Amino acid sequence: MNAPRTLFDKLWDAHQVVPESDTAPAVLYIDLHLVHEVTSPQAFSELRARGLKLRRPDRTLATLDHSTPTLPADADGHRPYTTPEAEAQVEKLQANCREFGVKLHDWDSDARGIVHVIGPELGATQPGMTIVCGDSHTSTHGAFGALAFGIGTTEVGHVMATQCLLQRKPKSFAIHVDGELPKGVGAKDLVLHIIATIGVGGGTGHVLEFRGPAIEALSMEARMTMCNMSIEAGARAGLIAPDDTTFAWLEGRPSAPRGPDWDRAVAHWTTLRSDAGAHYDREVRIDATLVRPTVTYGTHPGMAGALDAPVPEATNDQEHRALEYMRVTAGKSIAGMPVDVVFIGSCTNSRLPDLRAAAEILRGRQVAEGVRMLVVPGSEAVRREAEAEGLHEVFTAAGAEWRVPGCSMCIAMNGDLAQPGQLVVSTSNRNFEGRQGKGARTVLASPETAAASAVAGRLSDARSVLKTSEAAA
Amino acid sequence: MKPLKRIRSRTAVLPHANIDTDRIIPARFLTTTERVGLGRHAFEDWRYLADGSDNPAFELNRPEARGCGILVAGHNFGCGSSREHAPWALLDYGIQAVLSSEIADIFRSNALKNGLLAVVVSESEHRYLLDHPGIELCIDVSTGCIELPDGGRFGFEMDAFARHCLLEGVDQMGYLLQHDDAIQRHEQRVERAA
Ligand code: SF4
Repeated sequence: MNAPRTLFDKLWDAHQVVPESDTAPAVLYIDLHLVHEVTSPQAFSELRARGLKLRRPDRTLATLDHSTPTLPADADGHRPYTTPEAEAQVEKLQANCREFGVKLHDWDSDARGIVHVIGPELGATQPGMTIVCGDSHTSTHGAFGALAFGIGTTEVGHVMATQCLLQRKPKSFAIHVDGELPKGVGAKDLVLHIIATIGVGGGTGHVLEFRGPAIEALSMEARMTMCNMSIEAGARAGLIAPDDTTFAWLEGRPSAPRGPDWDRAVAHWTTLRSDAGAHYDREVRIDATLVRPTVTYGTHPGMAGALDAPVPEATNDQEHRALEYMRVTAGKSIAGMPVDVVFIGSCTNSRLPDLRAAAEILRGRQVAEGVRMLVVPGSEAVRREAEAEGLHEVFTAAGAEWRVPGCSMCIAMNGDLAQPGQLVVSTSNRNFEGRQGKGARTVLASPETAAASAVAGRLSDARSVLKTSEAAA
Repeated sequence: MKPLKRIRSRTAVLPHANIDTDRIIPARFLTTTERVGLGRHAFEDWRYLADGSDNPAFELNRPEARGCGILVAGHNFGCGSSREHAPWALLDYGIQAVLSSEIADIFRSNALKNGLLAVVVSESEHRYLLDHPGIELCIDVSTGCIELPDGGRFGFEMDAFARHCLLEGVDQMGYLLQHDDAIQRHEQRVERAA
């Protein structure tokens, strides 16, 4: 009998073109390469300089998302790019995709959106695949039981030319999540709690596998939120074994297999789980019942804790500086801190259930005076579905801005940004200094916490905002 | 990539832990379609004051840190995004090597592919280097040794292949292209199975 293997072992073994040795890393085959405007131009130039073709345009998919404006085009079709360079970068991708035969979800595509939102939506992301992109949040696709990770531009070029990467096998790390999440507590709270537990570098060199009853109970969107944030613990990738929830979500999507192919695929995908007794290099157990609405209070995603818990004392200079930058006081909870901007969006939390959860809180309420709120759907598909349900009207009636899909304030390179000193409650994934604008202070939170904070004008627990209005009604 | 055998330079120290890629090169400079010219924006928001003048509190602006080719940085350097613009910016700024007690995976891989030496040292050696800014080190890639001015030495671990690539200036895309037969066999095997 073969030794029991983890899901990660199975994915790794199935993609080794040349196994690794002491002297050389493995040549690892890549099934799907996702491309966007920011990390690809130098790689296309490299191909051109070497006179190479793109090996598998059929395994390559491109979109515009990072530097694109989220305000619509004017009557003449001009889009409000923040700089001529941003526009030139987008035009470069358009030209490169034409030249090398890559399918690009351009402005006119009804599927355009954030790269990690559209891959799954199109059914291009499938269990058992290896998926890469010049973007660290490629880990998102691990929610489908795919080995998915971010790469640099040199490696983008390697995949373009050979459909392969040179990789050393990372270590494996099981995150067992027992019990059930309390009502009103979701995937974003759970994953921030996990990062705070294992640390911002706690996953370095590892692939995380989220498992256990609390994970199996999550929707695909919630699983994507979990895997998306794996990189924020430094992990190479995050994984969740595919199951009936996964298959039901994928069935019928444009690039998903059909008919007998679908049945064959599901039969294979069902084998993609860690065998009993498989060895992990590290394991940790998390009790889901103890997780509360969780936010960050510092300047990296590991500085997170329950919204109502006191901020811990700084244990070193860096943490001290982080608390100073955030203007929070150790020993006191950050609940109640005045909020300037609320951002709902990014590949972490811009899918339909995220928008529904936020709209639920905003329905019949108003964004507090002086607070600016931006809601940016993750893709054109999300935008269409949200509009069909009238969610956009809930947002605009509450005083929020409803935008065109893109990365927007997650990375703040398209002109959507906060001013120095402003406090942003954001559903994105990084609270690094200056990430959302020079001097901006970011609190990472769930869509529920973000929406509740918009209404209250202060960092607030959604459960108490809902309760207060019930009492007043 | 040019072969890289050894680096001799003084160290500049940035002791902060978790220096992320947004600090190394803020996202607003990622609209470039070139690899060069990012050095003037390395650490931009830390390095310059609002009026554009040098921030005297930023360690690398101190006169003794100028021209230092070896950066000793706090734990977990380079965490965050996959932007290769981070090592491009550091190289363009004049940094040839980064030493820390932990370096984020993607940053390390990107750095080594560009000939920026990214080296993890033990906690005690890290402590020593943090406490002694400005010393001249000689980092020898072939022996995996860091030599101190007083003749003391630290060893450091490096993946055999990464070392070989640095020493010989191996073109990794060319190396992968040589495996074309194996890649084709893999593709055929998978297509037959489907
Ligand atoms: S939304 Fe943010 S994290 Fe996601 S791909 Fe865009 S910039 Fe990266």
